[in-house]
Amino acid sequence: MDKQPSSAGVRKETGTCYHCGTICPAAAPVLEDKFFCCEGCKTVYTILKGNGLCRYYDLNQQPGLRQDKPEFPGRFGFLDQPEIAARFIRFESEDTLHLEFYLPQMHCNSCLYLLEKLPQLDDSVLSCTVHFTRKEVSIVCKRRKGQVRRVAELLTHIGYEPYISLSDLTNKRPGVDKSLRMQLGVAGFCFSNIMLMSFPEYFGIDSMEQTLQLFFRWFNLVLAIPVVFYSAIPFYRSTVKSLRAGFLHIDAPIALAIVITFTRSVYEVFSHTGAGYFDSLSGIVFFMLLGRVLQDKSFRQLSFERDYTSYFPIAVNVKKGETEDAVALPDLKPGDTVVIRAGEIIPADGILTSGEGFIDYAFVTGESMPVHRQMGELLYAGGRQSGGKIEMLIMKEVVQSYLASLWNKTGTAKKDTNLSFVHALSKYFTWIVLAIAMLTAAYWEMHDVSRLWQAVTAVFIVACPCALLLANSFTNGNILGILSRNDCYLRNAGVIESLSGVTHIVFDKTGTLTRASDTSLKYTGAPLPEKQLDTIAALASGSGHPLSLALARHLNRPLEGITLRGVKEFAGKGIEGYAGDEIVRIGNAAFTGARPIAGLKQCIYLSFDGISPGYFTAQNRYRDGIEQWLNKLKGKYKLSVLSGDNAAERHALNSLLGRGCTLYFDQKPEDKRDYIRFLQDRGEKVLMIGDGLNDAAALEAADAGIAVSEDHNNFTPASDGIMQARSLPLLPAILKLGMVNKRIVMASFILSLVYNIAGLFFAVRGVLSPMVAAILMPASTLSIFLVTFGASRYASKRLGLTVSRRNADENHPRT
Amino acid sequence: MAVILLLLAASISVAAVFLIAFIWAMKDGQFEDDISPASRILFDDNQKPNSQE
Repeated sequence: MDKQPSSAGVRKETGTCYHCGTICPAAAPVLEDKFFCCEGCKTVYTILKGNGLCRYYDLNQQPGLRQDKPEFPGRFGFLDQPEIAARFIRFESEDTLHLEFYLPQMHCNSCLYLLEKLPQLDDSVLSCTVHFTRKEVSIVCKRRKGQVRRVAELLTHIGYEPYISLSDLTNKRPGVDKSLRMQLGVAGFCFSNIMLMSFPEYFGIDSMEQTLQLFFRWFNLVLAIPVVFYSAIPFYRSTVKSLRAGFLHIDAPIALAIVITFTRSVYEVFSHTGAGYFDSLSGIVFFMLLGRVLQDKSFRQLSFERDYTSYFPIAVNVKKGETEDAVALPDLKPGDTVVIRAGEIIPADGILTSGEGFIDYAFVTGESMPVHRQMGELLYAGGRQSGGKIEMLIMKEVVQSYLASLWNKTGTAKKDTNLSFVHALSKYFTWIVLAIAMLTAAYWEMHDVSRLWQAVTAVFIVACPCALLLANSFTNGNILGILSRNDCYLRNAGVIESLSGVTHIVFDKTGTLTRASDTSLKYTGAPLPEKQLDTIAALASGSGHPLSLALARHLNRPLEGITLRGVKEFAGKGIEGYAGDEIVRIGNAAFTGARPIAGLKQCIYLSFDGISPGYFTAQNRYRDGIEQWLNKLKGKYKLSVLSGDNAAERHALNSLLGRGCTLYFDQKPEDKRDYIRFLQDRGEKVLMIGDGLNDAAALEAADAGIAVSEDHNNFTPASDGIMQARSLPLLPAILKLGMVNKRIVMASFILSLVYNIAGLFFAVRGVLSPMVAAILMPASTLSIFLVTFGASRYASKRLGLTVSRRNADENHPRT
Repeated sequence: MAVILLLLAASISVAAVFLIAFIWAMKDGQFEDDISPASRILFDDNQKPNSQE
């Protein structure tokens, strides 16, 4: 999904693909006056043009995604199986089906436009509704045999291949939890009306109108009931949960204050002694819920819980005699022969029985180049075949494969145990409040027993730590929002605090420091004349080997007018052909007759008539601007790099990260996790930044684990946060913001203490009138809100983070 | 004084209508997707084929 910036200075007349904006190769398909990067993009354009849907291209410049993946007709064959298809059917009636698909490619309003015009492309589709935030489409279509498959294929045709993975089969998708917002709405309604009804009480009401006064009080009591018994449920729940677990949650004093306030207020109304504190009570609940809603801003388009099942396909093609049958992955048995095509994932460990494997394990192990496997060799689950079609014999069940077993080993919950500093603070706070209440009680015991209960309950009402909690949740909510505007999405507010305590940062190499899908080639040797470059490019483009393809891409030459004779590919060796009388070979050292260079693994040697002028080596391409931000981190944190790859990049990494950095190569996933644990045992707080399944165990073990993704459609392993690769330069600022977060919480807490002390001043003397309570409470809330909002924005701006909303950017992630 | 009670009843019921509207919208999922409806309204329904040259 990685795209070249279309506005780069290199834009020539051949320029960029009309559909997707990729820079076109020299021999690009042309239609009318438009250029395309590949046949796939051209096909999509033709379909849209034929159906009058070209507005797709007017809404956004080059809105498409590259369609260069090879297709084969039977790829959605598994959707013909009723039990798999049923997973995508939300509702069925006699003649219609309601389907739901997840289309991660969706990214702009062009996508929205095109997908909702789906009925124009196929008569059997009746309507199509896009749910943009969830990246889902709901499709209503006629009920026919094989309709689910037909719709999936139609979507794939126009460039939106439904993302179908094993987790669709095993997990139920969680529904959105609306209860908190509902509770907020109810609390808001009751709070505002109670405030209104309380005004007569504040300004004094004639004793003549006693019936009216009574009426207002009763009315408030009725309105407070939904607040106490419905809206405040989250506070009771977390209190009960924490008490069962044997500790005191910060919500406990809140729940206590709510109960005490309500009881006292009801007593006052019944005994005609006062108006109660229904206004303060409902206000507290309302503002606390508001803070919580802000903080629990969930990023619905992201999933922080993915395991290997959302990476694996839902079904594979099993060979039965001469035919292929789609079999759901859980039903795959050892002994089955499965057919894997280019771009597909190996579902289970097995042996290659036919074809030539070029397995890309970048995601699973971190090796940057595809590995070549021949018949009889073992293939591990999780690799992606990048060559042609292969067949393999399954040796183990899916759940027993190496990759799956990694997951089962790690799954231990750890993060809920470290409580926020706010909890520690609230504990002291609670004790202090209790002490003040005791002292107050003792004082009135001696002086005027009749005012004792009034004073004690007032202390609880005023001094509940809701200010602290509010300060915390408002700040966290703000910071989470600002981070998300900078393409860094954290799982929850607790992660902000984990980030602030980090002392050691561990990076993965492939896909994190380097760009996963991009290796650049470097030529070493005697300079090559143009003609020879043409010949090499032509030769390389005829092979399916990933290195050859990389070479052809690297050279990027027009291939017309070059004739090669006798082109032959030798598996695992190289490729040869005749240009005129000259025999040209590219491949490994032995094949080309070149002198092998020690220590080079990913290397293409050349020879012309047996004479080797030089070789190409594959190099990792580091992300742009990586030096600057690594430099900023160097002094403040200890850095380590764990790579699943070989040590070829040791030198480059050393110069990037400096001498103080620890480098480990050839790291297996469990090695990475063990290294993190080792650091933790030495008292370090570790932040792990990785991207692939091979980092999953380490991400989980670390105090904070952030997954890097090229864009948020990609698969990311379970983690505490997801960050877009282009935001990595902001990492120093993001870590800094974590610390600022704590300071803002403290500052606004101290501010609110001032209000609390003022309130206590009235409360201990037993003269807290509802009016004073009603002024103090919203005033303190408002000032907390302003302080947290202003301070976090100011701090973020100074750190160079984007503060303002970027709705436009959300619709056009590429501009 | 009866007029106050009358006004009270009126204002509460108006507010209640809004509360019910909110709950309804919430259950209906109106707050779940704030992007697609905003864009959807801008699309023309009848687009002639080949009109974009």
